Amino acid sequence: MRIVADKDVCVGAGMCALTAHDLFEQSEEDGTVVLVVERPADDRLHLVRRVVDSCPSGAITLADD
Amino acid sequence: MEQCPIALPFDRPGPFDPPRALAGLREQAPMTPLSFVDGHVGWLATGYEAARTVLADPRFSARRELMHVPLDLGFAHEIAGGPPEAGEFLRMDPPEHTRYRRLLIAQFTARRLKQLEPRIAEVTQTCLDRMEAAGSPVDLVREFALPVPSRVICELFGVPYARLEEFQNHLGTMVDTDAPGEEAMEAYTAFLEFLAGLIADKRKAPGEDFFSGLVDSGELSDEELTNIGFILFGAGFETTANMLGLGTFALLSHPDQLALLRGDPSLIDGAVEELLRHLTIIHFGPLRAALEDVEVEGALVRKGQVVVVSLPAANRDPKRFTDPERLDITGSAQGHLTFGYGPHQCLGQQLARIEMRIAFPALLERFPTLRLACAPEDVPTKDMMIVHGVKKLPVAW
Repeated sequence: MRIVADKDVCVGAGMCALTAHDLFEQSEEDGTVVLVVERPADDRLHLVRRVVDSCPSGAITLADD
Repeated sequence: MEQCPIALPFDRPGPFDPPRALAGLREQAPMTPLSFVDGHVGWLATGYEAARTVLADPRFSARRELMHVPLDLGFAHEIAGGPPEAGEFLRMDPPEHTRYRRLLIAQFTARRLKQLEPRIAEVTQTCLDRMEAAGSPVDLVREFALPVPSRVICELFGVPYARLEEFQNHLGTMVDTDAPGEEAMEAYTAFLEFLAGLIADKRKAPGEDFFSGLVDSGELSDEELTNIGFILFGAGFETTANMLGLGTFALLSHPDQLALLRGDPSLIDGAVEELLRHLTIIHFGPLRAALEDVEVEGALVRKGQVVVVSLPAANRDPKRFTDPERLDITGSAQGHLTFGYGPHQCLGQQLARIEMRIAFPALLERFPTLRLACAPEDVPTKDMMIVHGVKKLPVAW
């Protein structure tokens, strides 16, 4: 599974960086999402799903490839 | 036949629970036709999914000139009226809103706020020292719940300590419901002047603080900075203060939960989320207006209709939360909507979390025998304001 983060949609709420700070960071410039890990380990997927659910703008999705 | 629109339920049965009628409405349908003061008929969203949809769908607007007021309240002019002023990003939609949001959020990143933690811990200890020196019993709101966030805001805005007291007085009078209207108006004017002076100072000599960062961005006019500054004070100060006051009251009133937290301070992160969910201190709103016909959870919202989102009702939706009427600091409050949802979700939410995660444990540690110093029913609450809370909280130790 691959994490997809859309900076254009992101509103910089910081939920991702808060929930999984080893996978996501926030840009120092405009606070939008910066993906640290694109392909998380399987045991991290539950956390990524929480991030997908909690993102207020729908900027983060999981892709099947 | 169309359902008859209801008036917005507003009576809380106690300090910790939302109006009882909300649960019954939510059980019938997540969206209920709602009547407004000016005769407009819109909707009340009480279901969790309905609330998320309305707050996140770009077909719903936050612009003030599209709004109607659901209750006849003193702050109606903030909710509905003319178009937003320069910098009044709360009342704007993307992409106009996005420009401000990006500038602001850059100052509010999780990492940047993390750097503030040691200062927040110091500020908290200073306030606790003063509270202890004042001696039992004291009003916790005056000695702790208000001073902690107001001092933290001073840090963010780089307000010199010499002006701290002046600044706190303005803020205190503005949020004091017992202050006469004239006094509140004077404090408001004085505060705007104070803000203008602060902006001028930062233009000359920017510091390391968050407000200097905004001024120094070179992208915002004085008018924009004043309005933004005002919003940030309004949103970031009384809210956290009310959560600290009401949250302490809730913990003291739920001895089992208090004992759990005292026994295992590592529960604090979950406890903060649960207090945020359970207490949901926004009485009602946010409001959104449909820019076109939109179907929400089986309800057809017509173009121009206003939806009042009930965050307290959404946060107690049994379809989303297990045993939602109970305060359970070990439960899963994750996903609560207390900070809103969608592009306007609270800018300062991570700051508020950090403040509470530091302040509650520090308070409990300092006063192992902390207790209410009056009957629970004698604690005065803020019922007719935007943000719920306690006006005073007499405590002893």
